[in-house]
Amino acid sequence: MSKPASPERWPATGLPYREEHELLRATARRFFENECLPHRDAWDEAGMAPRAVWRRAGDLGLLCPRIPEEHGGAGGDFLHTIALIEEQTKSGVVGPMLSLHSDIVAPYVLHYGSEAQKQRALPRMISGEWIGAVAMTEPSGGSDLRAMTTHARREGDAYVVSGSKTFISNGANADLIVLAAQTDVGISLFLVETEKLDGFARGAPLEKVGQWSGDTSELFFDNARIPADALLGEAEGRGFQQLSDRLVEERLLTGVVAVAAMEQAIADTVAYTRDRKAFGKAVLDFQNTRFRLAEARTEAIVCRSFMERCVATFMAGRLDAVEAAMLKWWSTEQQNKIIDTCLQLHGGYGYMLEYPIARAWLDGRIAKIYGGANEIMKEIIGRAL
Amino acid sequence: MIESPHYTPEHEIFRANVRRFIERECLPNRKAWQDACAPPHSFWEDAGKAGLLCPKVGPDYGGAGGDLYHCMIIIEEQTRACFNELAFYLHSDIIAPYIELYGTEQQRRRYLPKMVTGQYTAAIAMTEPSGGSDLQAMRTRAVRQGDHYLLTGQKTFISNAQTADFILVAAKTDPEGGARGVSLLILDVASAEGFALGRNLRKIGCKAQDTSELFFDNVRIPAENLLGGVEGRGFYQLMQRLPEERLIMAMSAVVNMEAATDEAIAYAKDRRTFGKRLIDHQSARFTLAECKTAATVARAYLERCIDLFVENKFDAEAGAMAKWWTTEKCCEVIDHALQLFGGYGYMKDTPIARRWMDARLGRIAGGTNEIMKDLIGRTL
Repeated sequence: MSKPASPERWPATGLPYREEHELLRATARRFFENECLPHRDAWDEAGMAPRAVWRRAGDLGLLCPRIPEEHGGAGGDFLHTIALIEEQTKSGVVGPMLSLHSDIVAPYVLHYGSEAQKQRALPRMISGEWIGAVAMTEPSGGSDLRAMTTHARREGDAYVVSGSKTFISNGANADLIVLAAQTDVGISLFLVETEKLDGFARGAPLEKVGQWSGDTSELFFDNARIPADALLGEAEGRGFQQLSDRLVEERLLTGVVAVAAMEQAIADTVAYTRDRKAFGKAVLDFQNTRFRLAEARTEAIVCRSFMERCVATFMAGRLDAVEAAMLKWWSTEQQNKIIDTCLQLHGGYGYMLEYPIARAWLDGRIAKIYGGANEIMKEIIGRAL
Repeated sequence: MIESPHYTPEHEIFRANVRRFIERECLPNRKAWQDACAPPHSFWEDAGKAGLLCPKVGPDYGGAGGDLYHCMIIIEEQTRACFNELAFYLHSDIIAPYIELYGTEQQRRRYLPKMVTGQYTAAIAMTEPSGGSDLQAMRTRAVRQGDHYLLTGQKTFISNAQTADFILVAAKTDPEGGARGVSLLILDVASAEGFALGRNLRKIGCKAQDTSELFFDNVRIPAENLLGGVEGRGFYQLMQRLPEERLIMAMSAVVNMEAATDEAIAYAKDRRTFGKRLIDHQSARFTLAECKTAATVARAYLERCIDLFVENKFDAEAGAMAKWWTTEKCCEVIDHALQLFGGYGYMKDTPIARRWMDARLGRIAGGTNEIMKDLIGRTL
């Protein structure tokens, strides 16, 4: 054994980022900081981001980074996706909800769509001409998909859709909705184009605890006729499987957001407590502050280690539903706990909306609910034991 | 719990060997060792014969030139048998490296081969009655007089001291020197006049492991027994070893929480209450899902820590994080698991009760978890 050299500090990531990822990250950071953040209050007020900002994101290459080149995309990998999500999360910008569009909606088209559907939808989604949404949840039931009542009845060369959906993100602006509805042989998914669709109506954006600039709407279908070729996939009744198959990746995304959010909260709080004086010294110089932040920093590193292992497993095609459920509940629970601790260390200022920690606290709460409530995650894990 | 991609066929042979030794030599003697509050010296010789001691020591000094995974395998097999109460790693992976890394060539040749065979057993004495984790406040003095040192002072909570042939003692060689005033000295027990072994202390857990007070009253230690031959290096030597020592503690904590979780799952599938299996009650199932998640997260984190350690990127802060977090979670998970066992979990000879008592030490030993947070807090 030779004497070891002094170790380096814990590296920020164990994932194999390359220069192209860093370039995209830098573009994203500039976009969110310079072109979104200054408008946040106005967009909060409006309950959504304007359509123009979607086109701008498309022009900058910030939409659908993983769509292959043959469909007009950049052919990136999951690390491009992480770079975009981390930058948006760290900036505190909620709407436009780009990741939902890019990482949840577009993959339905890519993985299950016909060639014609891909040719039509993907270039428009990449450019930002179309905004995408997914409509699963109904007023009568959230995570329990089998209890869904919206139905699509085949009539000649069309389906006639009736029912209502709620909590639909991007719903107010969506041009393309991946709609889940009951058909004769079970749940099916449809690519619904909303332009000039008779029998389709959107409710007013719902007022929420947080995520104010991300629009969330009710959608109503009253005998809306959509063409038969809007069916996603080769046959009816594949919807439940399609939705389930996508959940692993969606929950992985939630973990990526959670880690970025907790890391930003810690960084904000270290900076704040270093500046802020109380009883003649910096708040950071009180042992309690240092201990709480030491705990938070450790927990964030633990969380990142697990998230990055899940990412590596996912990129190797092996991430399973149980491990994704573990990441989803654990990371979002930690995110909320850490942000709450960080808010406390801000004192009264932490309760003021002008401070990022107050926004993070409000915006983060949904993470324990969406993508399958954390209790559902524990059921998934518990049943597999 | 044995899915690591790092194990080679050679590791697996080692594992089989460890498993056999624990089953044949340790488990049948557990009760006797617990009653005696220590294993006999012959235990160490048997372990040495079986090839379990100091697997990492280089071939020049009689060792197998192994790696961190040999240590991991011993921990895994101990945990599997619920025999964590004796710290093989203290002898092999904490004390031996001091000699190998910092000792003079003569010291390495003198001590390491016999540590490998178990002919020599060893202890390390840092903690004093007046202060635990606060090393700089230590009072034990070593005063140079001609060709020897005179050692005076007191130590406590010293593991393996009852049977130790030599003890690595931390003492002040320069009381005014602060951190630079601390040195490590090798005290050969057989020839140490003025050295007295105090009580073998009774503890909450880890009962087969002896833990003692030590008293030094002008003990003559030859100058050549100064570790490395240069005064004032002790604090630096101790600090440099801490990340690896804390990583080993994290390994033990993670493997232990995995085992407790698996045992609780097996029990909950078997045990019936109110007409159904315990695991069919949602509360029990959720608790187990939480434990399983914690263990899975902890394993991913541990593997990341090991990777960084191998890349020489595991620093003092990283060691502190790994130690406090895993030992804290380990106790949490074991406590939840014990609860699921109900009254059986409170019975002393059940594995879960033993884990509960033994694991508590992890949050204190190797620097209390509060010290870990203090250390991390300073780097913010």
